[in-house]
Amino acid sequence: MKTTSPNVKISIRKLFKVFGEDPVNILPLLYDGIDKAELQKSSGHVLALNNINIDIFDGLITVIMGLSGSGKSTLVRHMNRLIEPTSGKILMDGNDIMDYGDYELRQLRQNRMSMVFQKFALMPHQTVLENTLMAPIVRGENLEKATENGLRWLKRVDLEGSEQAYPHQLSGGMQQRVGLARALTSNAEIMLMDEAFSALDPLIRTSMQDLLLQLQQDLHKTIIHITHDLDEALKLADHLVILKDGFVVQQGEPQHILLKPSDPYIEEFVSDINRARVLKIRSVMEEGSRRKVSHGSINANISLETLIAIAEGDTSRSYEVEDGGNTIGTISMQEVFQALVRYDIQHK
Amino acid sequence: MLSYENIFDSLGLREWCDESQANSLMSLSQLRGDKIEWWELPFPSLDNLHKACSAIPQTRDLTASLETGFLAVRPSLRLVLDPLTQPLSWALDYTLLFFTTMPWWALVPLILLITQFVTKSSRITFLVAICFVFFLFIDHYTYAIQTLSIIFVCTVLCTLIGIPIGILMSKNDSAQRMITPVLDMLQTLPTFVYLIPLIFLFKITEPKLYGLAIMFYSIVPVIRLTNLGIRLVDKNLIEAADAYGMTARQRLVNVEIPLALPNIMAGVNQTIMMSLAMVVIASLVSAPGLGTLVLDGINNLRLGVGFVAGFGIVVLAVILDRISKTALARIDESRKI
Ligand SMILES: Nc1ncnc2c1ncn2[C@@H]1O[C@H](COP(=O)(O)OP(=O)(O)O)[C@@H](O)[C@H]1O
Ligand SMILES: [Mg+2]
Repeated sequence: MKTTSPNVKISIRKLFKVFGEDPVNILPLLYDGIDKAELQKSSGHVLALNNINIDIFDGLITVIMGLSGSGKSTLVRHMNRLIEPTSGKILMDGNDIMDYGDYELRQLRQNRMSMVFQKFALMPHQTVLENTLMAPIVRGENLEKATENGLRWLKRVDLEGSEQAYPHQLSGGMQQRVGLARALTSNAEIMLMDEAFSALDPLIRTSMQDLLLQLQQDLHKTIIHITHDLDEALKLADHLVILKDGFVVQQGEPQHILLKPSDPYIEEFVSDINRARVLKIRSVMEEGSRRKVSHGSINANISLETLIAIAEGDTSRSYEVEDGGNTIGTISMQEVFQALVRYDIQHK
Repeated sequence: MLSYENIFDSLGLREWCDESQANSLMSLSQLRGDKIEWWELPFPSLDNLHKACSAIPQTRDLTASLETGFLAVRPSLRLVLDPLTQPLSWALDYTLLFFTTMPWWALVPLILLITQFVTKSSRITFLVAICFVFFLFIDHYTYAIQTLSIIFVCTVLCTLIGIPIGILMSKNDSAQRMITPVLDMLQTLPTFVYLIPLIFLFKITEPKLYGLAIMFYSIVPVIRLTNLGIRLVDKNLIEAADAYGMTARQRLVNVEIPLALPNIMAGVNQTIMMSLAMVVIASLVSAPGLGTLVLDGINNLRLGVGFVAGFGIVVLAVILDRISKTALARIDESRKI
C-alpha cells in the first residue's frame, strides 16, 4: 500500500467539452451552471464534460467510473488530445499540453502514452507481433531490439506461440492481451485503458484484471482505467473518480467512497456491492486506538469477510490491527458488522 | 396578326434587324401576306427568329462558331496538352511494339506465370492457357495481344493517377464535392460524345487519342472506390494509429491504404473491364486490336469476321474478370477481421 503521498502526473483543470455546432458560444451558459439536459433541449449541444477537475497520480491506477454516456471515453481522450477540449487545462508534469504543437503532441503520444481500446483496435492486416511493435515502428526504432522487447511482452501476457497469428484467429481475451502487449512494448509511462475489459466474458475479464494488477506490481505505471463496472473499479483502483452526466460526483480512495458516498447516485451504485469482500479492516477500524482486545492481532489489509471467518462469526471478539509490524488501531466485531450495513440504511 | 416580324417591328428593332443585310429580302410569309393564326406560331427557335430578323444567328452559325472557336484555341491547348500527353503515346506505342514483337512461346508462358502468381489457382491458369491456344489457333493472337497491351497501359496509368485522386478526395471534403460531379459526368456521358473534343485536339492517328478516351472512361471506378475504401476504414483503427502518434503519412501507408486495398482492387477490376469495353469503341479512332476486326465486320458486312472477333472479346473479358476477381478474393481472404 502507498505510504508517501504520490506525485500528481496529470492534472485536469476546469475542463469543459461540448459537442455541437458552436461550442465556444455555449461556454458562458456553462459557467452559469446549465445542466446537460437543459443544454441539449435549448440548443441541441451535447455537454459531454462539465467542469472537470481531477488529479491523476504517478504510479497508481486511477479508475474513472460512470454509466454509459457519462463522458468517460471523452475524458480519457482529452489526456492525449484525441479530442480537443472546448476550454480548460490539461497539465502533464506541470506543462499544459494544450500549448503543444503538432510535433510535440506526436512526441507525447509516441513516447509517453499508450492506449488500450474497448474494441481492441488491432490492425487486421498485421500479425500479432507486428501489432505489438506498433509504437517502436512508429518511432522508427531499431527493429531487432524492438522485436526482442515485443516478444518479451508477448510472453509476459501469455501469448508465446501466437506471434505470427493474425488477430482474427485469436479469441477476444487473447486479442486484448495483444492490445496490452502493444501498450507495454511502447514502454510509455502512462497507459490509458478505455473500457479495455468490458467486451470480455466475465471469467476472462477477471483474469485480465489479475494480469493487470500483477504487471502493475512490477511496472508502477500511471494507469487511467475506464470502466462502468463497480466491482472492477474497486478491485483495480487506487484512486476512483465517479462521473455522472459529464461531471465528477465524487473522487477519492475507493474504500472511502464506499463508506461515505456523497450523493444518492453513488449510494445506488454501491448498494449492490458485496461489502464484506471489498471493505478492508483498515477502512473500518478505530484508528490509533489502544482499546483492550479479546484476541490477537490481524493484518490491516484483509477484508471484513476474511476477518469474520477468522472470528468464526463470534460478534463479541475484538482484535488489534497491525500493518508492517506496527499496531495502528483496533477493531471490534460489532464495528465489522455495522460496516456491512448499506450506507442508505445506516443513515435512515 | 401575330408573327415574330410584328413583334420585332413593334419593339422598334426592325432597323437593327435589317442592318446586317443592306437590301433585306422580305420573308416569304411577308411577301405572301400570309396570316398566321396564333396556334400556328412556331417556337421562337434561333432559326425561326432568324427568319423574322436576320440579325439573329441561325443554329448552324452556332455550331460553326463553336467549331471555329475550338479550332482557334486548339493550337494553344495543344501547346500545353501535347507535352503532357505525349508520354501516353510513347507508353502505348512501345508497349504495343514490345508485346507484339515478343515471340508467342515467350509471352504466353509469361502471362500464365503471372496468372498463377496473382490467382494461386491452377484452374484459372489452365483456363487462360486454353484461351491463348484458341487465339493462336484461329490467328487472332496478335489482335488479342494488342488489345491486352492497350488495356495494360491504360489500367496501370489509371491506377497510378486514380489512387492519389481518390486519396485526396477521401481526405478533403471540398475536393470530394468538386470531383464527384466530374466523375458522374464521365460515367454518364455516352462514350462517343467525349471522343469528339479529343478528335478536335489530337490527330486521329495519335495513340494518345484513344488512350485518353479509354482512360477518361475507365479511371472513374478506381477513384471512387479508393475514396470510399479509405473513408470506410474502421474509425477505431484510425484512433489507435493517432493514439500511438503516427504521422498522417504513416497512417496512410500503414493503416488506411492496406485496409482500403480490397476496395481499391475492386475498383481496379472495374477499371480493367471498362477499359476493355472502351478499347473496342476506340477502334473507331484507330486503336488496334480485336475492335478493328469488329469494326471491319460492321463496316463491310463481314459478319463472320465480326462474330469471331466479338467472341474473342468475350473470352478476354472472361479471363480478365476471373483473374482480377480471384486476386481480389485472395486479398479479402487475408484481410477478414
Ligand atoms: N463525436 C460526438 N459528437 C456528439 N456527441 C458525442 C460525441 N462523442 C460523444 N458524444 C456524447 O458525449 C457524451 C459522453 O460520451 P462518451 O464519452 O462516449 O461516454 P461514455 O464513454 O462514458 O459512455 C454522450 O452523451 C455522447 O452522446
Ligand atoms: Mg465509452
